[in-house]
Amino acid sequence: MSPQAVAVRAGLQRARIELRQSLGNGQELWSVTFFPVISLTVMFLLRHSTVPGTDFSLGAHSVPGILGMTVAFNGMMALALSLTMDREDGTLLRAKATPNGMVGYLTGKVLCRGGTAVAGLLIALVPAVFLFEGLELGGVSSWLTLAWVVTLGLLALLPLGAIVGSLFTSAQGVGFVTLPMMALMGVSGVFYPISALPEWLQWVAQLFPLYWLGLGLRSAMLPQTMAAAEVGESWRHLETIGVLGLWAVAGLALAPFVLRRMARRESGSAVAARRQQAMQRMA
Amino acid sequence: MNISESAAGPAEPDRRRPADDGGRGSPSTEPAIETRDLRMRYGSTEVLRGVDLRVHQGEVVALLGPNGAGKTTTIEILEGFRRRSDGRVRVLGVDPNDGGEAWRARLGVVLQSWRDHGRWRVRELLGHLGRFYAPYATARRPRPYDTGELLELVGLTDRADAVIATLSGGQRRRLDVAVGLVGRPDLLFLDEPTVGFDPQARRDFHELVERLTGLEGTSVLLTTHDLEEAERLADRIVILAGGRIVADGTSAELARRFSGKSEVRYRRDGRRYVESAVDATGHVRGLFTEYGEAIEDLEVHRVRLEDVYMTLVHEFESGRRTEAPSELTEMAR
Repeated sequence: MSPQAVAVRAGLQRARIELRQSLGNGQELWSVTFFPVISLTVMFLLRHSTVPGTDFSLGAHSVPGILGMTVAFNGMMALALSLTMDREDGTLLRAKATPNGMVGYLTGKVLCRGGTAVAGLLIALVPAVFLFEGLELGGVSSWLTLAWVVTLGLLALLPLGAIVGSLFTSAQGVGFVTLPMMALMGVSGVFYPISALPEWLQWVAQLFPLYWLGLGLRSAMLPQTMAAAEVGESWRHLETIGVLGLWAVAGLALAPFVLRRMARRESGSAVAARRQQAMQRMA
Repeated sequence: MNISESAAGPAEPDRRRPADDGGRGSPSTEPAIETRDLRMRYGSTEVLRGVDLRVHQGEVVALLGPNGAGKTTTIEILEGFRRRSDGRVRVLGVDPNDGGEAWRARLGVVLQSWRDHGRWRVRELLGHLGRFYAPYATARRPRPYDTGELLELVGLTDRADAVIATLSGGQRRRLDVAVGLVGRPDLLFLDEPTVGFDPQARRDFHELVERLTGLEGTSVLLTTHDLEEAERLADRIVILAGGRIVADGTSAELARRFSGKSEVRYRRDGRRYVESAVDATGHVRGLFTEYGEAIEDLEVHRVRLEDVYMTLVHEFESGRRTEAPSELTEMAR
């Protein structure tokens, strides 16, 4: 086996170990599920409102978008955050000091975050199915659509998370990214169909992967008739594949370059300097 | 400073290896580390101003110097974590700037303080990191170290299943060393290994390093600002001050060069004598020949390098001195 292949396999082991740590830890489990829990609770209170022009529950309609956001938070944002934290505590430097360690580290991190994202989605899906009427998850095709949308969504989002995590040197920096993320969530039709928004905002939303991830999930979980509430009155699968695919290709092309740049700058004194800063912030 | 404090003195040349053999393992092979005119600038500040350093295979060298002398910068350049401004550097025969993964696999790195992998278990982490080294095993160096053996070596067997964040400071440091060793390195870097240790932990750590360096013929470069530590652990001490090497030799050599004298104390007929001698052994031999069994409570102390070192450090840190004293640079040749 080539040294790189050995490193990838070690990365799988890292993913397994860290996934077990994440899902076996109450605090972390809460950080994975708090967004869907709170959002679903709010939407449950609004379950008697309906999607404009239909008699479909607004609450049920929002479930796929909430699950999409859960994937984005636990995939992209958590990956970005763990990259900055691992730089602060020296995990990344440890990887750099190990032969092919970065290959193993990134394999492990990306798979672990991808795994937590999927776990978060499934954990939120179970109560959602019981709380909201109208979700259609009986058919095989629903699950197939769900599978490819989530896979493609993660392929688009995880490299972005790696890039964000490489560009910001502190967890606070990543925190700033949360704000535009929230704004984007507001216009991406997570809680309300974007066809209700001004046209220019619809265009903005459709540039980013969040909207398409949500749309894809709605196509998997909502009745066919609900496509009428979407832009173009269609689930637009081809466009979904196109936009998410473009983000994935761009992210995967750019991420190695940014990650290498970050790794190159990593040294013991860099870790010490960041720790110093972190301590000053706390003081 | 009380000279008799050095009674158990690490300054005595009773090292594992002959002290005056300067430490080349096998002269036919290339040095583990070799730098020539190594320079490092940050902006307009020159941190390293022409460092010529050589570490032979199997040798333990301490890079000693005050804070800010450029020790960490030097070690990071050698580890391939930082790009030098100028000069020639070879580590295991390779320029660290071009060091690939196979080169990396031959190095062990123990940095000042690690806090990584706090949620992992001790055995888990060693096993995981060891896997990366397996493709680089050779007949002479099976890689990685067996986890159980390694835990035994650093004395963490009973903590093998502990979560890393629950380890004490000393235990954590042992784990760091174990991680540094897991690939059975040809060359091990230890950066300020005992900063923040209490005396017991320091002593334990020193014993550990001594045990390790006896094995496998691993070359070790360790940085410290503590002379006593350097004397205790290293075959050879290299003093870095003001970005240059100002002294280089075994602790006994350095002490001789700095003062050239030893102090001989004894009692004869109930009276105490304190004499100073260049050739302490000859002096004592003379005493025994002359007085035989009348000599009691004999103590021989080499005049301490520490006093000279402290003066040097103080002068560099107070900015009174920016160049190495000429008698020292001469020694560095």
